[in-house]
Amino acid sequence: MTIFDFTDYGDLLALVYNSVIAGAVLGIVGGLIGVFVMQRDMAFAVHGISELSFAGAAAALLLGVNVVAGSLVGSLIAAALIGLLGSRARDRNSIIGVLMPFGLGLGILFLALYPGRSGNKFGLLTGQIISVDFAQLGLLIGISVIVLAVLLVIWRPLAFDSLDPEVASARGVPARALSLGFMVMLGLTVAVSVQIIGALLVLALLVTPAAAALRVSSSPVMVPVLSMVFGFVSAVGGILLAIGGSLPISPYITSISFLIYLVCRIIGWRRGRARLRARAVESPA
Amino acid sequence: MTAVLEIRGGALGFGDRPLWRDLDLEVRAGEFLAVLGSNGSGKTSLLRAILGQQRLDEGTIELVGEPVRRGDRRIGYIPQQRMIAPGTPLRGRDLVTLGVNGHRFGIPVTTATERSTVDAAIAAVGASGYANRPMGSLSGGEQQRLRVAQALATDPVLLLCDEPLTSLDLQHQRGVSELIDARRRGHDTAVVFVTHDVNPVLGMVDRVLYLAQGRFTIGTPDEVLRSDVLSALYGTPVEVIRSGGRVFVAGIPDGDVHHHDGEGE
Repeated sequence: MTIFDFTDYGDLLALVYNSVIAGAVLGIVGGLIGVFVMQRDMAFAVHGISELSFAGAAAALLLGVNVVAGSLVGSLIAAALIGLLGSRARDRNSIIGVLMPFGLGLGILFLALYPGRSGNKFGLLTGQIISVDFAQLGLLIGISVIVLAVLLVIWRPLAFDSLDPEVASARGVPARALSLGFMVMLGLTVAVSVQIIGALLVLALLVTPAAAALRVSSSPVMVPVLSMVFGFVSAVGGILLAIGGSLPISPYITSISFLIYLVCRIIGWRRGRARLRARAVESPA
Repeated sequence: MTAVLEIRGGALGFGDRPLWRDLDLEVRAGEFLAVLGSNGSGKTSLLRAILGQQRLDEGTIELVGEPVRRGDRRIGYIPQQRMIAPGTPLRGRDLVTLGVNGHRFGIPVTTATERSTVDAAIAAVGASGYANRPMGSLSGGEQQRLRVAQALATDPVLLLCDEPLTSLDLQHQRGVSELIDARRRGHDTAVVFVTHDVNPVLGMVDRVLYLAQGRFTIGTPDEVLRSDVLSALYGTPVEVIRSGGRVFVAGIPDGDVHHHDGEGE
């Protein structure tokens, strides 16, 4: 088995052109929404939504309807449930803990009943970007653009509510509506991600880039920008590397994403030490 | 003097347990009102009602002659002192900026005018030296100064403070309360200051609203913080001891023990 073979790279690239575009858009949207996922402490919710999204996609596969649509339905149901029932973190985590295995189980059931090609089956769990056709690609990009636009419009109140909820509420920020709106955007993003890197690996594009960015910056401008860059590099880099070989795309994306996180952690750690030393020099107690 | 805040016949309760009723209260511009009382006596609920987050069971609350509503920009709010965790993506300057434009939907751009408002608010609390550092890396006192800046940045007519000094050391308690005091003297901002311990602000307080046992008493500190007055309010003998410019309240009945913890140190 060859892991890398770049002889026909140009031809291959033309074949996966759609996938690269989809990956790029998802990397950017995932990086952006990841900032709020971190601020609102919702990494676990992302995982929960993705399992129900998987169940929806599997059901669509079984019924022979649009897989992206099925994935969207599953995602949105999960997001709405978590948003409505779990306003407090503890409630939320228990609801997600209950929903997640249920969704995964349903998905496995639908896949077991599905008579078609088995390649599609694991694709939903671990990624199948190559099999995204042109119509689906349009849908994925359209959804991503909507999420980007909505996030931009609700950015400030959402950040206020995420970071400083008491004062935000005193200032009349509509916490409940924002929280629901955010969950819907998260549901949409997860549904897109499931198509590209698979339900089990969604966190690599929705959590890791933002977590890495937070290690090296506290600026409200730099964190989202870095997070989008990290998401973009992971997704596009992963796809470009993968097409030179015979391995699936997802491990490349998750590895790049993890490597970036590791580097950011080390940078953050070294800076922290330097700061401590500087402070010790400042005030020799 | 004009009344900034006016409560008429106010009543609020949890289920059938009344927190307080028949509350008539007027806070004038530049006045410093301390709201004292045990945990569960309805101090925070009073703030919530003024913020328009909770409806009174009876009566009216007006801010400068109009019924209160949610998100009124003329009210500044300093929440209970709670440390912001290290690693939170929020610098001091960002916290203050959220107070200025965080409620607004739309493309998140901070204008030059807003930026200078933020700079001025930060300078006014003496926080310019550390406003660009992450909130999570600042001390409790520094965080609370920035919260004061956040609340005052929009030049409110009324400042609501919910236990803003809790868990600060004495020096920072003094620093933060002096900021609030200076503001109301310089800008005629009315202050409603909820606290379980009146001592850090005793020298600044014009009047005290003391809530207990579903009842209340209003007056100057000298009128309210007396053994006979508080005994009548609690319906049981309570002793107020004044020593070295500080006030200690002893003998507060069970169920109100938290108050005792704070004040009878």
